[in-house]
Formats: sequence, C-alpha cells, structure tokens
Amino acid sequence: MAPRALAITSAGLVTALVAIPLVAVFDRAGGIATLNAADWAALRFTVWQAFLSALLSCAFAIPAARALHRQRFWGRETLITILGAPFILPVIVAILGLLAVFGREGMLSQALMFIGLPRIHIYGLHGILLAHVFFNLPLAIRLILQGWQDVPAERFRLVAQLGLGPAAMFRVVEWPVLKKTVPGAFLVVFVVCLSSFAVALTLGGGPKATTVELAIYQAFRFDFDIGKAATLAVLQLGFVGIAAAVLMRLVGAPKTDVGLGREQVFLRRMTPMRKLLDLLVIVVVASFLLLPILSIVAAGVFELPSLPSSVFQSAKHSLIVALASTALCLLFALPLATFKLGQTISLFGFALSPLVLGTGLFLLIQPYANPFELALVVTCVTNALMALPFAVRAIGPAFAQINADYGRTADMLNLTGWARWRWLYLPRLRRPIGFSAGLAAALSMGDLGVIVLFADPDRATLPLQMYRLMSAYQMEAASGAALLLLMLSLGLFWIFDQGGRRGFRA
Amino acid sequence: MALELKDLLLEKGDFSLTADLSLEAGSLTSVLGPSGAGKSTLFDGLAGFLEPNRGSIGFDGLDLAGLEPGQRPIAVLFQDNNLFPHLTAGQNIGLALSHKRRLSKADAASVDAVLERVDLGGLAGRSLSELSGGQLSRVSLARMLLLDRPIWLLDEPFSALGPSLKRDMLALVKEMAGEVEATVLMITHDPSDALALSDSAILVADNKVDGPFNTTALLADPPEALRRYL
Repeated sequence: MAPRALAITSAGLVTALVAIPLVAVFDRAGGIATLNAADWAALRFTVWQAFLSALLSCAFAIPAARALHRQRFWGRETLITILGAPFILPVIVAILGLLAVFGREGMLSQALMFIGLPRIHIYGLHGILLAHVFFNLPLAIRLILQGWQDVPAERFRLVAQLGLGPAAMFRVVEWPVLKKTVPGAFLVVFVVCLSSFAVALTLGGGPKATTVELAIYQAFRFDFDIGKAATLAVLQLGFVGIAAAVLMRLVGAPKTDVGLGREQVFLRRMTPMRKLLDLLVIVVVASFLLLPILSIVAAGVFELPSLPSSVFQSAKHSLIVALASTALCLLFALPLATFKLGQTISLFGFALSPLVLGTGLFLLIQPYANPFELALVVTCVTNALMALPFAVRAIGPAFAQINADYGRTADMLNLTGWARWRWLYLPRLRRPIGFSAGLAAALSMGDLGVIVLFADPDRATLPLQMYRLMSAYQMEAASGAALLLLMLSLGLFWIFDQGGRRGFRA
Repeated sequence: MALELKDLLLEKGDFSLTADLSLEAGSLTSVLGPSGAGKSTLFDGLAGFLEPNRGSIGFDGLDLAGLEPGQRPIAVLFQDNNLFPHLTAGQNIGLALSHKRRLSKADAASVDAVLERVDLGGLAGRSLSELSGGQLSRVSLARMLLLDRPIWLLDEPFSALGPSLKRDMLALVKEMAGEVEATVLMITHDPSDALALSDSAILVADNKVDGPFNTTALLADPPEALRRYL
C-alpha cells in the first residue's frame, strides 16, 4: 500500500471509529424530554465546576507565572519541567496523593487537629476543584509563562529606559501578556474539566456533585439504562463540542507579537518585599504540586513487596493495553499528521469524551458479542483516539519542517513513497515520534475512563484495580499500587521519549 | 543537442519571468543577476519545482515541462540542505543509485570509487557532523556525479566556503563536468566565480533571462540592472 493510500485509510478509519459509535448513540438516545431534574442538575454542576476550576487555576497561575518569569533561583528549570508532569500523571494516583495531604486522615487534617481545628472534608465540589486545580494549574502556568517569554526583550528595555512605575509597567507589559494568554488558558482548563470523569468518580458523586460523564456511568452501571446513558452522551457531546469549537477559534489564532530577540531580561529592580512574595508564591505552588506525589512515593514504597497478585495481573493488562494503544495511536498519527484534513480529523479526540465513545462502542458491540469480554480492546482503541490529537500536534509541524528543509533534495533524488519515509521522514521524526509514543503510553497506562464502563473482575487495568482497592478501603495496597502505576506511567514515557532523543542525529 | 528554453513563462505570485534561449550541451554557464531578479525561480522551473505557465524546456528531443523533479535529467545542488544529516556520507551518496535498504556490492563499490574521486576515500562510514564544510561540498558533488544526469544546476552551493576552498570546488566541478560532458548552470553573486567557471554567462534581470553572453564582455560592460547590482 502506498503512503497516500495509508493516509486515506487512516483518515477513513479514525472518522469511522468516531462517527459510527456516535450514530449508535444518537440512534439510541431519547429526546430532551426524557432527562429528569437530576440530569439537568448534573449538567449545571458540570459547567459550574469547570468554570470554577478554570477560574481558580488561572487566578493562581497569574502570580505563579509572573514569579517564575522574573525570579532566578536554584531548581527553576526543573520546576518548570515538572509543571509538565501532571499531564502524564495517572489521575487516580494524584487523587490518592491529594487524599494523603488534604483528606480526612491527611497531613493537613492532622495538623489542623493538632491545633484544635476540625478536619477537612475533601469529598464534594471542593474536592473536585482541588483535584482539577492540581492538574490544570501547571498547565495554566505554562501557558501564561509562555506569554511572558514571548514578550520582546526590547519592550522590557523600553520600560527600563523610560523609568515607568508599577502602574505603567502593568499597562505596557503585563496587561497585554495576560490579555493574550489568560482567556486561552481559562478555556483550555474549562474544556478539560467539562469531561472530568475519574475525579468526579472518586471525589464527587451524590446528587450535589455529579458531572454528566459520571451520570453516563451511573446510568450504565447502576440503572442499566443504556437509553438514558445515550441521551446523556448526546448532551455531553453537544456542550463539549461547542466549548471545544470556541477554544479552537480563540487559541488557534496565530501569534503576531514578534521581537528581535528572545533574550530573557527583566530589568526593573526588585524590592526585597516583592522578591519575598514571589518566592513565597513559588514555594506554595511547588509544595501543592509535589507533596501529594512525594506522599505517594513515601507511602507506597513499603507496600510494593507485599502487593496482592491481582495488582500485578492488572498491571500486566495495563501494560499490554498501553503498548498496543501506543502502536495504534502512532499508526494513525503518522499518516494523519501529513495533511491538513488528517490533522483536523485527529482533533475529534478533543471534542469527544471517552465515556461518550465508550457508550457508542458498547451499543455497537452488544448485539454481536459480550462487551465485557472486549473491555481491554475497547479501552485500547479509545485510549489511542484520545492520545491522537497530541501525537499529531507533535508530529505535524515537524513533518512540515522536514519537507521545507529537505523536500526538494528528496524530490530531486526521486525519493518518493515508502523510500522517502524510510530514508527521510522516520529518522528525522524520531524525537516527536518518541515523545508522542511516551505520551500515548503514559496516558493509556493511567487511564481510568472507558474501562470502568466495561470492566468485569477478570479484566481490570491497574488504575481500575487501584480504584477498587480504594473503594474497599484497602489503603495500604492502594498506595502500593499507586506507586507501581506511577513508576510504570512515568517509566513508559521516559523510555519512549529517551528512545526518540538517543538515536537522533541532528 | 542543446538545452532549449522556448517562450518559457514562469510565475510565482506577482512575479513573472520569461526565457527564450539555447545552451549548448556540455557547456558551462554562469547565471548572473541582481538579488530577487529570479535566478532561483529559473532554476525552480528547470528542476520541476515550479510548473511553467507557458513554453517548453527542451533537452535531447524531450520536453521536460510536466515531468516530476526526480524524473528530469537534472541534478541540483541547492544552497543548503543537500545532504540528510541523519545519514552517513556513503548513505547520502548511495541514494543516487538505489533507495533500497542496503546497497548491492556493485553500488557500494561505486560509492567508494566516487568518494575516492573527490579525495574523500574511505570516509563512506562517516557521519556528516564529522566532516568539514569543504568535505560536505565534496560529498554533494560526488552524489551529483553518481546521479549520472546530464544537466547540473548549482545554486550558489559554495557560498558558505572560504575563497580558496571555493576556488578548489569550482575547479573540481569543471573537471568532473568535463569528464561526463554535463551541461552546467551555476548561479553566482561573485564575478570572479563567473569568470573562473567559463566564458559563457546568462543574465537574469528585468523579468527576463538573456544570453548567453561572453562572461568577460558582460562584466566589462554590464547592462544597467547588473551594474547597479555589482
């Protein structure tokens, strides 16, 4: 098969994998009228918690990004790198970590009790917000920090030369940065939180804290009402789709602010007070992000030797699913990254939530086979589709750059078809391919989404097994499983990413 | 036999270039003209990266217009990115012969021989980062030789080299082109390069290609557009 044929096949296949389950969902869904008060409450809650999550993440990210931009301290680069880690952190691991710090038996509650104050209640809206801020604050910081770094060095010089005061400084430099970055960051966090499932599953629940995704799951597993699940899926698809479309519109806009150098300067003199405040912000943010993870490591390390065999069994499932899902994701991503329409098709994963897709796949499989037996296959395919937009976004620009640089030489040598992939594209795409593979593997490894819909006791993945241990209050085993999951997720990412970097000759 | 451009019209956005000329096969010709006059556009048209809006590019009884770049009897040396940095010198040259995963014994021997020819004997296994600028130019020339195409287009390929290295490379080009009787067109900004290459030059200016002229005469009494540039 020629590369072009593969590109068309991939585009068709991905479209079909998304569209056919959707058709099944629409076909099964009842009208708006079948939604009851609880469903509408779930919709309101979903939007409200996403709004608050985005608001809080941005509110904390603004001072943190400013501090990270203008202060130089030991470990700054490392901290900025770590800000990228929550993306590949399994949600369930982070939640256990947050419980260890902020939960009823957590460090903070203990400290509060010590000074005679009541413990914290983490379940409900504020628990969900806590987890969402934990995951999205780093993302918001990175987006806003990027805005700071894109400010032309000349502008800082100008400010220094003119001797502008804080108010003018804000107007000339800071306000434009915030105006350019914060709406985008807000929307990204908002859209991500609209599809929140694992966080709502573990920290929310009950009539007051149920998201639409969680309601789909509950309709499925508790009420066995697949028609209701389908109706909710259509609802979810509708508003996430709209929000995602708005996001693409706003954030997709090209950057226009061009300076001569990207030199990092911040010439204004810092008062000691300002410096102290900045460092305080950094310490608070770093502790907030690092303490939960460190507590997982501390609690899990002694449990590793005595983990039940069910944990290792599920870890094996997860590894197989993750590797297969990574292969599938790359198989789709490489051809799709080569053309505009393919890149657009890959974005379906953004607008579509795993549970909507899962509902559709369930409906499709049910007449022919036992969906529960196919749990791992469905999880593998869904995870591949969810990682696809990120993979295509990493590979697409690199692919275009290769053609811009070496396309003519390759054309002149008549290097076409597979030969072109073998001699030019694949070796030069090593880094983005390695990075994408790492991302796909880690995301799949930590996924706690569609598997929850389909799982039976025999076919658990590690995140699901960990969730079951937590639900059964087997916290020791859960922390051991959490550490194992953390190591596997980060380890997979590291191995693939390094594999891409190692053999690369620039 | 000759390279004949008949009533050729090349358009790139708002820019257009016409050419109507004939170059003898096996001749060496400098391409002179102000920056932005369309020298590279002319090469794009010849090499097949830009489809002509009108006219023909005749060579050896064949109209080249409409052929894919890789199908034309033309080898190009670009200003940069001629070689794939992730491959060794030998692999880069080998792509002129075969796109298979491994070269046949005979092909590998040809690669070694052509490396010998450009004074890089035994360096087939070197990665490009281990080679100097001059050596890289030699690798590109070696591949050009092995591609075995009758027309060579050189788009200022040695501009990054120092004066004495550049002289060496020009001498090598002349020598090698003479051996295989290649028809050579070379874009240059430097009058001394043009004089060193040959006594034939064409001028790209005012949206058209003119010539061929005698290089010495052209440079001694350049037309207005070229004089301003020089």
